Amino acid sequence: MTLLIEILSWACILGGSFFTVVSAVGILRFPDFWARLHAASVGDSGGMILLIAGMCLQSGLTLITVKLIAIGIFLFITGPTATHAVANAALVTGWRPTSGEGLEPEENAPYADADPSVHDE
Amino acid sequence: MVLTRPQTSGETLRTILSILTLFALWLLLSGIYKPLIVWLGLASSIVAVLVVRRMDAIDGHRLSIPLKPLKFITYLFWLLKEIAVSNIAVTKLILSPDMRLHQHFFRVPNTQRSELGAAIYANSITLTPGTVSVEIDRDAFWVHAADFSDADHAALADMDARVTATETGRR
Repeated sequence: MTLLIEILSWACILGGSFFTVVSAVGILRFPDFWARLHAASVGDSGGMILLIAGMCLQSGLTLITVKLIAIGIFLFITGPTATHAVANAALVTGWRPTSGEGLEPEENAPYADADPSVHDE
Repeated sequence: MVLTRPQTSGETLRTILSILTLFALWLLLSGIYKPLIVWLGLASSIVAVLVVRRMDAIDGHRLSIPLKPLKFITYLFWLLKEIAVSNIAVTKLILSPDMRLHQHFFRVPNTQRSELGAAIYANSITLTPGTVSVEIDRDAFWVHAADFSDADHAALADMDARVTATETGRR
């Protein structure tokens, strides 16, 4: 039983570390601001959840687990809120998302009349 | 103690409940259960609530959570599964050698009646890697996707229906 919990918890911790490293690689490799935003959210959601779950399994039924779960709940709410705030700030200040091949930008996008010159890197 | 507003029985109940909630939180965070320390913790939660009452800082708004608890918990588990699936998808995208991104910025209608429901839907979109909710219109979100496909519209509409199903219908 202890062995099973050890294996599970290390699987979680290693998985979480993997997603965090992948997220960092993605931030470096992706071409522009909007794509990097998605790379960052991999570490924010998957990495965070797995690391916290792994640490919970390590500490067992103690008060530390309660605190870890509280931290997890806060990050679960604040993580996407922060990502949204960054994305929204970029949109408002004139960074236009690009559309992929064969995709037309949708009409009536908010702030479409803002100065697009800031977008050029 | 002089209170600026007349006291009702509902307020007394809320005061006692606030003290109990604060004390429970204190017990969880402290971890030291010597009698003196526990009494000091209880005293500090009582003083905190009484000070807030005396300042008349209670706005009288009730915290209402217009969600069905069981449905919401089922939704959370479904959301965790979705997060896992899209995490793997974005990880593949990051590690693929040619990195073929298909970015798109598109409109996603939302049908939630309460502000809390809409916030949960927008946060769920952002929480699943690959999609970020960027801007909020009156009845829709503007979502940016890293690797857009036509199936995304259906997937997001499905998530929208699931969030709306957790609502009780109150605002």
